[in-house]
Amino acid sequence: MFDGRASGRPTSDTDMTTATLDPELRPALFDYLLRLGDDALVLGHRLSEWCGHGPYLEEDIALTNLALDCVGQANGLLGLAAEVEGAGRDADDLAFRRDALDFRNALIVELPKGDFGFTVARQLLFSAYAHLLYEALRESAFEPLAGIAAKAFKEARYHLRHSSEWLIRLGDGTDESRQRAQTALDDLWMYTGELFEKDDTLRTLVDAGLAPDPRALEAPWRERVEAVVSQATLTLPEDDFMLTGGRSGRHTEHLGHLLAEMQFLPRAYPDAVW
Amino acid sequence: MSEQKSTGGMVPWEVFVQPRTGAPHEHVGNVHASDAEMALQNARDVYGRRGKVVSLWVTPASAIHATTPDDSGPFFDPADDKPYRHPSFYKVPHGGKNV
Repeated sequence: MFDGRASGRPTSDTDMTTATLDPELRPALFDYLLRLGDDALVLGHRLSEWCGHGPYLEEDIALTNLALDCVGQANGLLGLAAEVEGAGRDADDLAFRRDALDFRNALIVELPKGDFGFTVARQLLFSAYAHLLYEALRESAFEPLAGIAAKAFKEARYHLRHSSEWLIRLGDGTDESRQRAQTALDDLWMYTGELFEKDDTLRTLVDAGLAPDPRALEAPWRERVEAVVSQATLTLPEDDFMLTGGRSGRHTEHLGHLLAEMQFLPRAYPDAVW
Repeated sequence: MSEQKSTGGMVPWEVFVQPRTGAPHEHVGNVHASDAEMALQNARDVYGRRGKVVSLWVTPASAIHATTPDDSGPFFDPADDKPYRHPSFYKVPHGGKNV
């Protein structure tokens, strides 16, 4: 996916750190790190809403583990974003002191958690994308991002395995679980296109070898998702109408409510520590 | 309500964790799951995420045959008065860790 770059991850002379980063790449890289960090943060928050509400104890713990993985990724990615921005902000500032219009997550991660079928279907669709993305990002010419990606890739692979196995069991389970899983896939489908869009930010970073081309991820993503969905005896929607907007701050009504809850404490009690 | 119904088709599985290569798998507890793959994943999430784990085993709890308290006399008493059966008369070779 990185044209003209050797595969493998030994550091080379062309690798960049925050200090050696081409200043012209900074705005695009900051924007991109916000996208990655916000995806992880918002999805992590949605998953954390299952804490104490899981269908049974073991799955409650599993969902909370996924949430913690995501929030951990967000911490690293937003911390790096703040470093690249160089404006004296840190990961907490970016997570807790931005409003919905400044968030750059894809719409799919901000949708309410829904029933268990919806949460599983979203996790499958997103993790199938995230594991391909982080696999490729391990080769990023921006060294600190490649480092975060190496860890995130392992986590995303487990998220994909867990959500795949659940979707198969829900789809091929009872009439009700099957119907709920299919409804979830139908409802989520129009939010998947946004993950593979290529705009100016991505064109800049792809050309510089910092990010993989999202369009190159779509075919392997679809192949993976189709394999799981067909094993689950479910069907992927044919509809190709896709919603978009999250990457430029145009969000659904749900993100504001999520942020109100997530950001309440640090905003009500600035600089609170525990 | 029958046992099967109250667990929603899920049965208990016993979980064994191997902390390092070559060490024995040790019983750590149990999880509920519908089948082996989900039992492995639940075991990973409940028991495998803190501390080092190199391998996990799960087995349906129903596959384990256990002694009852009534068995304790005939099964275990005879060993008590035969100290020569205990391996305490041997020196463990230096460096033997998993004996």
